Amino acid sequence: MTEAMITMHGIEKKYELGGSVVHALDHIDLTIETGAFVSIIGPSGSGKSTLMNMMGCLDKPDAGQYTLGGSRIDRLKDRELADIRNQKIGFIFQNFNLLGKLTAVENVELPLIYRGVKSKERRTRAMECLMRVGLEERAAHLPSQLSGGQQQRVAIARALAGEPQILLADEPTGALDSKTSEEIMRLLTELNDNGRTIVLITHDLHVARKAKRTVSIRDGRLQEGEHI
Amino acid sequence: MNFFTSIKMAIRNIQGNKLRSFLTMLGIIIGVSSVIALLAIGQGSSKSVSDSVNSLGTNLITVTITNTDTHFTKSNLNEVKETSGVKSVAPILSGRETLVNGSNSSESSITGTTSSYLSIRKLSVKEGRFVTSIDEQFRQKVVVLGSDLADTLFENQSAVNKYVLIDGQRYLVVGVLNSKGGSMGQSSDDSAFIPFSTAQRLMKTTYLTQFYAQANNQNSVNWAMAGIKRVLSQTYSDSDDYSVVNQQDVMDAMSSVTSTMTLLLAGIAGISLLVGGIGIMNIMLVSVTERTREIGIRKAIGARRRDIMLQFLIEAAVLSMLGGIIGVGIGFAASEIYAAATGGTVVYSFPIMTAAFLFSALVGIIFGVFPAYKASKLNPIEALRNE
Ligand SMILES: Nc1ncnc2c1ncn2[C@@H]1O[C@H](COP(=O)(O)OP(=O)(O)OP(=O)(O)O)[C@@H](O)[C@H]1O
Ligand SMILES: [Mg+2]
Repeated sequence: MTEAMITMHGIEKKYELGGSVVHALDHIDLTIETGAFVSIIGPSGSGKSTLMNMMGCLDKPDAGQYTLGGSRIDRLKDRELADIRNQKIGFIFQNFNLLGKLTAVENVELPLIYRGVKSKERRTRAMECLMRVGLEERAAHLPSQLSGGQQQRVAIARALAGEPQILLADEPTGALDSKTSEEIMRLLTELNDNGRTIVLITHDLHVARKAKRTVSIRDGRLQEGEHI
Repeated sequence: MNFFTSIKMAIRNIQGNKLRSFLTMLGIIIGVSSVIALLAIGQGSSKSVSDSVNSLGTNLITVTITNTDTHFTKSNLNEVKETSGVKSVAPILSGRETLVNGSNSSESSITGTTSSYLSIRKLSVKEGRFVTSIDEQFRQKVVVLGSDLADTLFENQSAVNKYVLIDGQRYLVVGVLNSKGGSMGQSSDDSAFIPFSTAQRLMKTTYLTQFYAQANNQNSVNWAMAGIKRVLSQTYSDSDDYSVVNQQDVMDAMSSVTSTMTLLLAGIAGISLLVGGIGIMNIMLVSVTERTREIGIRKAIGARRRDIMLQFLIEAAVLSMLGGIIGVGIGFAASEIYAAATGGTVVYSFPIMTAAFLFSALVGIIFGVFPAYKASKLNPIEALRNE
């Protein structure tokens, strides 16, 4: 359990906007162990989402080294990044990001579709994931027919469907009331207890404290612990 | 991603937007259905024309005199008859008259001609006889009716040996013809035939403007035509004063009209399919913009650029092929309705249907490439931020 899932060394990301440069990520060094449950906190605009996009292979750093699950990421091509996202990463978003025209179970199937899994097996595995989040009875519902908490659970099931090594959650409780937030956090804690590595982004200290480890980010710079 | 899954996904998306999908397909539907219907009708009518031209026999030569100052008379006609290669001739003097039998009447085409007309036009008598040279000589007021005309005037009774009134005069019906079927609006079934000399009096003309000549056989048609022209050139110095046409010329003229029509239709079809294609591109571009977030989600989940590209391309192709299929169906139905309503012939060409369908699919793919490429190029982070 001591092997590193994520290792970042000197990761930089800059945005230039009309002459002024925004240092969204300023020399980030970060190691996340396999099986860890890390929360990243920071004020708005501090670079949390940018960091998560980097971890999730949606974005490429301007400089620095990034190793995920033992392989170097920072020099891969778009196509290889897509495969890594598909196989190693599960995303959970603040606004759920389910496809509105697909039913719950079809949404959960999506990562498997891009992996080329046959439709029967896909359905079985998607149903298993829905069961794990306690929504097997809502499999045929459209997202619009589900509550916010239920939608987020479907999104978690979708993130789990591809059996990823790591779950990345960007403010997963940001759009939910406190009771539903509790539920989602309990689910994430449970998944972590079962050995899944989880990185959770939040600006809510109460939520952040559910994680085993907390790091803070401010103006693109990272610090261990709570520094609000 | 699996190809079959992509197609299922595309169909789901099209079903989810029924009205819009239909409107998108409309251009393709109109293009394909008009090609199929117009070609079926066009080829059908050219087939029925060529059938009726053929039924007149390939030995038939039609001569029309257009000069009305120098009259062409029966003695000129006799000279033509003596030309080598010509088997027989029949003068034609036609007009429209009202034929009356009691309370039944019909306005019909009346042809004044001689006995040889029957064999030249390959007609046959069902009952009674055709006009004879004796009728001709004595200007008998006798008439031979086409089968439909006889039915109109005499209903179920036999017409032979009864009288009909033409222009107030009594004519004895001496014969009824067998039905021959229509040909270019001059079906013998609806016509009446009287002796040429009688017709001259009825129509108050002494000269000829048209006659048929029959060549000895098919090989002597050109020889006979040359002979006829030679005779005519003795009377008329200008070759524009008459025309000598054989059935092959008529067929050639018809087929050149048909091929021009076909080319024109193909052009119209091409343009409407092009417009249909632009419609598809337009809607696909709108769709890409609308579904930016969906594209972002799919990319975050692991869709490659190729997967996104394929998804939109397949959607465009399915849309246009569906339009193509519906177009084929509507074109087919429209042709059938036309055939049922007018009694005309329609001819379906399987290669043309297949080509129209494949072309519509091709249009969808070609015009789908750009929107699909645009979708695949979207940056997932920005796409996810899109509301
Ligand atoms: N595409 C971009 N172009 C220019 N600047 C950007 C871009 N994306 C992010 N930034 C800038 O980078 C910084 C970090 O943004 P980021 O989205 O990571 O913040 P955040 O911590 O997630 O904030 P929030 O809590 O509001 O979601 C901000 O100053 C932002 O303006
Ligand atoms: Mg953010």
